[in-house]
Amino acid sequence: MKILTANRLGDGIAVWYADGGWAETVDQADLAHDKAAEDQLEAIGAKAYADNEVVDVNLIDAEVVNGVVEPVRLREKIRAAGPTIRGDLGKQAERAA
Amino acid sequence: MYRYDEFDHDFVQARVAEFSDQVQRRLSGEISEDQFRPLRLMNGVYLQLHAYMLRIAVPYGTLNSKQLRMLGHIARKYDKGYGHFTTRQNIQFNWPALSDIPAILADLASVEMHAIQTSGNCIRNVTADHFAGAAADEAADPRPYAEILRQWSSVHPEFSFLPRKFKIAVTGAERDRAAIQTHDIGLHLKKNAAGELGFAVYIGGGQGRTPMVARKIRDFLPEADLLSYCTAILRVYNLYGRRDNKYKARIKILVHETGVEEITRQVEAEWQELKDAELKLPDADIRAIEAYFAPPDLSDRPEGDEAVKLARLDSKGFSEWLDQNVVTHRHPDYAAVTISLKGIGEVPGDASDSQMEAVADIAEKYAFDELRVSHEQNLILPHVARADLKAVYDALVEIGLATANSNLISDIISCPGLDYCALATARSIPIAQEISQRFASLERQREIGELKLKISGCINACGHHHVGHIGILGVEKKGSELYQVTLGGSADENTSVGEIIGRGFSSEEITDAIETIVDTYLGLRLNPQEIFIDAYRRVGPAPFKEALYAGEAKAA
Repeated sequence: MKILTANRLGDGIAVWYADGGWAETVDQADLAHDKAAEDQLEAIGAKAYADNEVVDVNLIDAEVVNGVVEPVRLREKIRAAGPTIRGDLGKQAERAA
Repeated sequence: MYRYDEFDHDFVQARVAEFSDQVQRRLSGEISEDQFRPLRLMNGVYLQLHAYMLRIAVPYGTLNSKQLRMLGHIARKYDKGYGHFTTRQNIQFNWPALSDIPAILADLASVEMHAIQTSGNCIRNVTADHFAGAAADEAADPRPYAEILRQWSSVHPEFSFLPRKFKIAVTGAERDRAAIQTHDIGLHLKKNAAGELGFAVYIGGGQGRTPMVARKIRDFLPEADLLSYCTAILRVYNLYGRRDNKYKARIKILVHETGVEEITRQVEAEWQELKDAELKLPDADIRAIEAYFAPPDLSDRPEGDEAVKLARLDSKGFSEWLDQNVVTHRHPDYAAVTISLKGIGEVPGDASDSQMEAVADIAEKYAFDELRVSHEQNLILPHVARADLKAVYDALVEIGLATANSNLISDIISCPGLDYCALATARSIPIAQEISQRFASLERQREIGELKLKISGCINACGHHHVGHIGILGVEKKGSELYQVTLGGSADENTSVGEIIGRGFSSEEITDAIETIVDTYLGLRLNPQEIFIDAYRRVGPAPFKEALYAGEAKAA
């Protein structure tokens, strides 16, 4: 399964494509289960890049764990949570608050 | 220290205005990311995992209190309350919004700082010995020459689009604390028999995926010829350096592929064309720049000896800190102090906004307003009267920056790694933290003695692992982090590249492996004076391999 991720142009914050927009957390990201859905996400990403909404657009591997979407690779897990050494920073901190 | 003249002010202000306009045009969608990317990189703006990152130049690692206070202000106002001092004597902020960067650059310009040429294929920030101007063992302060190189290399039209980035380091001492032999150009300022100043010139050092120790191509270059000779080197590199493969584009590859004799011949030939022309430095110009770096008025403070003696009796903590973090100054009543940014279990090189402000206050009160950033990611107070050392220590204790571990195993160099960096393949900081905690006991660290441990989270080697006495390189293997260990590296006047000791270790195993290496060293050293690197050079890798892997061989 794949999800679409990028960084928002204005502040550089990591975002994931979910429900027609760019969400600040990965949990509810739109999942692509097949090639057609991947192509569709890719097209959305290309358009958002061209429209100067986001930068560094990527389709990444994801899985569903306990009903929420999680990236597979460590790099993407860290992007989705924040630095592992600073639980007080990044998405993990916002979630805890 | 150097003060901007009218030209410098206008140049930096013009750049702030230009880049502010570019940011506005980017945010409004007038220019695309493809167009903007090279522009932002020229101004030190990267995109990392979580956000943009801004790298700010600290020329030759020298700061005053006002500047450090401004860095603290930027950390608080625009970032998340901290900054990260890097192995190139710079500082990075990890969370700035692109829309705030024009304001940050304007704030920096107000204290004579900028982020120009902290990225891109140009001549980067010139680095220098962090004890420059204070060290008892130097021929002369190397920073005036670093400043001359900075002025010459700033937006140099011929050298703004080199095959790859280009790094210059300068030292004025025999004991190399600036790692000059790991740089594209390394300059060792010294005096000849006639007492004249000049440089031993090294080229082609570097780390990354192909580590190389620089080769000396000239034993004594008169100071007046500094710019013409560097221009000759850069011209040869710019002309013949490879542009077809970015992994083979550094000058180290050109030196290696061309051969040091041939490249020396090419440089010397080019130099013959340049040496008597406009690049020859007039003595008056050198002396004028030198005047900016005139040492502070170090009046005699002979009461220091007695004060230090009494304070030692009074405080074990002070005594340990004095032994470890305070070094001899060329003036006997003074000392140079290392402020460790390597508290046990802390992030190497990170300092909070309030710590930066407090250190700025200490520097203003006790250290002639002068500070340095070391490539080992610590802060330095280069001139402190011995009589004031206890007051400095007490002030550092208050802000949690009095860890007495300079040059010990917990004084670890570490890149940001996968916790922040888009290029990283594994985390570095948590490994540094775990090793630091394992060796937390100062008594044990001091028993081990000088040991340089350096960690990089990818092959680009920002954490200098190749030249660590013990180096750790984090890679990704089958989706997991794996840590490869090298032994025997060194970045001083006897620079060497470490050797890979064997198969890598998982994140759970790596700290145990380091402990095994350290225990092996302790068991085989001739005496406590034989430090790790000397012992390794004497015995080679075999005993360490045996200790790390013998069990496996038997099991197999």
